[in-house]
Amino acid sequence: MDTTLIIGIAGILASAGPIVFAAIGETIIERAGVINLSVNGAILLTAMAGFAVGVSTGSVLLGMLAGALIGALVALIVAFASITLKQSQVAVGFVLALLCRDLAYFLGNPYMGLSGPRLPHLPIPGLADIPVLGTIFFQHDLMTYMSFVLIVLAYVYIFRTRPGLMLQGIGERPAAAYVRGANVNLLRYVYTVIGGALIGLAGPMYSLSVKAGWKGTISGLDGIGWIALALTIFGGWNPLRAALGAYFFAFLQWLGLVLQPSLPNIPSQVLQVAPFPLMILTLLLVNIGNAEWVDRTLAGLPERTRHALARVLRAMRTSPPAALGMPFEKE
Amino acid sequence: MVKTSSRWTNLAFQLLAIILALGFTSLVMVLAKADPLEAYRNIVMGSVGSLNKFSDVLVAWVPLLLATSGLLVTYTAGLWNIGVEGQITLGAIFTTWALRVLQDSALSPALIILIGFISGALGGMLWASVVAFLKIYGGVNEIFGGLGMNFVATALTIWLIFGPWKRPGIGSMSGTEPFKEALWLPTFPGLRISPWSVVVGIVGIVVIYLLLQGTYFGLKLKAVGRNRRAAFLLGIPTTQYMWMAFLLCGLFAGLAGAVQVLGVYHRLIPSISSGYGFLGMLVAMLINYQPTWAAPVALFFAALNIGSIQLPIVMKLDSTLSGVLQGALVLSVLLMDGVRQRLMQRR
Repeated sequence: MDTTLIIGIAGILASAGPIVFAAIGETIIERAGVINLSVNGAILLTAMAGFAVGVSTGSVLLGMLAGALIGALVALIVAFASITLKQSQVAVGFVLALLCRDLAYFLGNPYMGLSGPRLPHLPIPGLADIPVLGTIFFQHDLMTYMSFVLIVLAYVYIFRTRPGLMLQGIGERPAAAYVRGANVNLLRYVYTVIGGALIGLAGPMYSLSVKAGWKGTISGLDGIGWIALALTIFGGWNPLRAALGAYFFAFLQWLGLVLQPSLPNIPSQVLQVAPFPLMILTLLLVNIGNAEWVDRTLAGLPERTRHALARVLRAMRTSPPAALGMPFEKE
Repeated sequence: MVKTSSRWTNLAFQLLAIILALGFTSLVMVLAKADPLEAYRNIVMGSVGSLNKFSDVLVAWVPLLLATSGLLVTYTAGLWNIGVEGQITLGAIFTTWALRVLQDSALSPALIILIGFISGALGGMLWASVVAFLKIYGGVNEIFGGLGMNFVATALTIWLIFGPWKRPGIGSMSGTEPFKEALWLPTFPGLRISPWSVVVGIVGIVVIYLLLQGTYFGLKLKAVGRNRRAAFLLGIPTTQYMWMAFLLCGLFAGLAGAVQVLGVYHRLIPSISSGYGFLGMLVAMLINYQPTWAAPVALFFAALNIGSIQLPIVMKLDSTLSGVLQGALVLSVLLMDGVRQRLMQRR
């Protein structure tokens, strides 16, 4: 295989890492029945805070930790406002998305353009030397490896363990989970905070590795959080599919960079947003099976075509946890 | 008696929310090693310190009020029209387009400006209808459809500025070539604010107020927003009402974009929406989606925006401080409202 291509693939895996973290964090939160719209602001705020802590202490690990803590705190506000105070989750999340973004730009002002520490490269001895595969998978930094682990871990936890089953339960049928002895609201708090911490790691993964540094409004991170939210839906609240979406998104961004020289008439900003319309298109594909008119149209078609089309739609279609966004009250 | 006492507690909690927000913002400033009182003083002086400054506040107020007015319609219908930013941008693009086509024609400038407004409204409606279509026929949540269309609108703006509409010579981030002065909305002498845009803003919010509070349409729209299924069973054509809500909001957002081009920048610039769409969402949340207080609260938010412009020069602080204060204000009002309801329930 061509070396530039191999390095390209390795780069895509690394640059998708933060999005994998954010999308899986949000997947866990929404699986528990809570919508957390603050992701975009949380990523910016934790990117800035992680970088600031990294610069002041010289420690990347403390920077990552600061990100996780702040991410957890932001999610805690969403949980408190929506679970305890029964306010609109969408409203609180949206306000936090804007507030955290402005906080990041305001507090990050003195750190703009400084040089800070970076996550060190950790080629895995032995495995890193395997031709092709070694370069693609085993010459990354710690957090990129963690993103691989997280995908598997989250998938196994949600679909293959008892607590994971309960997590699905509190998002699908909280009343049934409650009867089974689950403290629904407490669990929702816990999963929201855990998911928030994962989202909070995405920020420093950018500012301490993938897009090292803090450059304020031109850091190029504004919008990533919204993509992570879209990937949660696109992934059908399944960590595996969400991660695939993240890699696809990173691939499109890489493609934009590669194609840039051959398309000199198109400003780079345009190619950078090319993934967004594609994202809408994929959202359309996974959602269209839920629309009423599709059912009606299908019913009018000859049987064989109908079956074939219905199967295709069902394969693409995803539907949210049944109690997503709904507060739970016992009684 | 019960009514008045709950009214007073309401007020007390709202005051508490404001104190909380100011406290939080002050804390943030202390973190940034700045003097909060001096910053607040600079914001006040920078917004109402002179007639010039206040006229700049009005310049920001009009598009913000228009965006808020439109959003009140979609909120009433229970829709989260996050795509409002893109709808403002498309309004600006369509207005610029109309002016580019007509600027060398024999038409009178007043007519060209009028056509500019109408095309702006059409542009906003076009972008809103994409979101509505995705929502109604594609099952795509309006939040994601809207966000995606916002990014597309930004890309379109940048492509136009650097591509087909670039300045003679080379395109730049400063925008397209400014229009000749005859095509600018006429302003008060020596000030930047045009009486015409103020009129558009005020007429806009009055129309929305009457529409939502005084017509059957408004009443039915509320029913759709409260419970779409029940409204449908009661015989309200919910799909049509959702379409109307999106199109009306798009129309107002498009007008906001038109005002930005005709009355403020006189050209197309990359960030033509100035974030007024998202800010309008905050304003709408703060007034609990009721049109009565839209105008004064939008004026207050506009004043914060303009007042903080000089913070980077005077105090070396980032001007996003206004956003921090606005966000903190809305968040603490939401939180305090929740606390109040919880306490009331207990009693």
